[in-house]
Amino acid sequence: MPMTAFLVRRLLDAAGVMLAVAFLAFLIFRFVGDPVELMLNEQATQAQRDELRVRLGLDRGFVLQFATFVSNAVRGDFGISYRNQQEVSSLIAERFPATFELVLVATFLSLAVGIPLGVLTAIRRNSFLAQALQFASVLGVSLPSFALGILFILLFSVTLQWLPAFGRGQVVELGWWSTGLLTPGGRWALVLPALTLSLFQVTLVMRLVRAEMLETMRTDFIRFARARGLPDGAIHFRHALRNCLMPVITVTGLQIGNLIAFALVTETVFQWPGMGLLFVQAVTFVDIPVMAAYLMLVSLVFVALNTIVDLVYALVDPRLRDDAAGGGGAHGG
Amino acid sequence: MAGEAGPGAARGGGDVAASFRRSPMAIASGVVLAMLVASAFLAPLLAPQDPYDLRQLFIDKAEMPPAWSRDGEWPFLLGTDPQGRDVLSAILYGTRISLVIGLASVAMSMAIGVSVGLAAGFFGGRIDDLLMRVGDTMLSIPTLLMAILVSALFREVLPPSLRDPFAAAILVASISLTGWVQYARTVRASTMVERRKEYVLAARIIGVRPWRIMRRHILPNALTPVLVAATLNLGLAILSEATLSFLGVGMPVTQPSLGTLIRIGNQYLFSGSWWLVAFPAAQLGLIVLAVNLLGDWLRDALNPKLR
Repeated sequence: MPMTAFLVRRLLDAAGVMLAVAFLAFLIFRFVGDPVELMLNEQATQAQRDELRVRLGLDRGFVLQFATFVSNAVRGDFGISYRNQQEVSSLIAERFPATFELVLVATFLSLAVGIPLGVLTAIRRNSFLAQALQFASVLGVSLPSFALGILFILLFSVTLQWLPAFGRGQVVELGWWSTGLLTPGGRWALVLPALTLSLFQVTLVMRLVRAEMLETMRTDFIRFARARGLPDGAIHFRHALRNCLMPVITVTGLQIGNLIAFALVTETVFQWPGMGLLFVQAVTFVDIPVMAAYLMLVSLVFVALNTIVDLVYALVDPRLRDDAAGGGGAHGG
Repeated sequence: MAGEAGPGAARGGGDVAASFRRSPMAIASGVVLAMLVASAFLAPLLAPQDPYDLRQLFIDKAEMPPAWSRDGEWPFLLGTDPQGRDVLSAILYGTRISLVIGLASVAMSMAIGVSVGLAAGFFGGRIDDLLMRVGDTMLSIPTLLMAILVSALFREVLPPSLRDPFAAAILVASISLTGWVQYARTVRASTMVERRKEYVLAARIIGVRPWRIMRRHILPNALTPVLVAATLNLGLAILSEATLSFLGVGMPVTQPSLGTLIRIGNQYLFSGSWWLVAFPAAQLGLIVLAVNLLGDWLRDALNPKLR
């Protein structure tokens, strides 16, 4: 199959999935509670109710309503939050930088810690340290991130009083973006949340690098490198590790969607003012427009990452174009 | 049963048992898990106090540290909460709730996933396309997000008086709603392989009906990976339940699971009552660790490549 046909097909697939997610969001918005009742207070007159109903387009046909919903969403208009009467899009834009910085730092941490540990457990496979790390990685996936975060707070904030337990610390406004990376307080505040969020990721990267390294170390070109008398360090890092990085980067990229979703737990624990905390608060108050917008945004990131990875792979390896075209190939999970 | 199944279906139970005896890690996790499960289900007999019975709470013994510390007191081994509830008793009862919800979620995802996978793999064509497309869409939303949404919406739709009694059922439904896809994919793949084999063809020729072929002939051959996935997913299901309860869309305070206990304890974090959070968290970690280690072992034991 030619690349353009594959590209079109894959983009249509992605659009189809997003349309399905949008439909789900629309159903939630339309049928969980009456939007009119939720937006007005009890004293509202019947005239006011009718007026709002017409203004929201709720008097029109079902298909037309869905079409309006989708076209509004594409333009970034998700309506007004029930809870604080602000535009949902501006609420999310306000919270986005906090989540973005958290996820970015967590991703960086997971690579910076996970890759060396993975190499270590692969090349010193039978050493005590490697075995201990392998066991620790099972431990890492067994303790849920919220419990871990709370235990971190207990140890580093309550008992030792080294690190702040909640909030972003001092932030600097750069236009519409607010960053905590430029002040010492902001950076200290980032340590515990980023650590908590990245821990699962660290174990994932470590296990992946280990498996890939063990595979690569058995190949002929590594044996040839040994035969040439290259030092161990050069073999392990210049030759073997480089061959493992492609799948590591892929998985890390695909996991960003999951990290954003999981960030909502971390953000709740540390009262981190990101999109996730916004969503959890929206859930508590049944603030449907915010819930719907968050659902669609996170799914968009998820689907976009999957599609990009599929396309890049197809570009690199033409054989994948035929296989992947049929199944739609979702890599998430 | 085994006689009807195709070749290579029943892997001797003896092999697995022998492999279990050879693995100290498997034995240790098995023993720990058995003890945790037994203590949780015998909670009414073992626990010093019935944490749901308000008459048994000691308000004058509220927020006491564990028994071994200076202000601690027997029989409150792990201390008490601000309502005078014994933490150990709450943990035992909470573990029971967490385990039941975890097991029920895995059973339900497995039942849905296996049926969908069999149907998709056996009939192929349109049915296959439709079912797998639904699965793909499910996975295009992060599972945790999906579970939170479903749980929150179920609760909203139910009248307030029914929310607490149905909390456990809502959790099971919201966890299984995304959990089935993995089983469906595994079973579908094995079914597509088995479907073409001669023993299935023979069964068709003698007029065995499709559902019977699927259930009695194909399913036993597709079951090994399903069981491994189920063990590994039990840990995940317990974690999902705990996370949902922690976020406030799970078990209510009147029937606290381990996640709910951690949520409650989290409110007293800065008053220094560390035992309210640390012990439920440790119990949760221990259960999931034991389940995961058993799952890892089972995966290796059933993998013919590693023999």
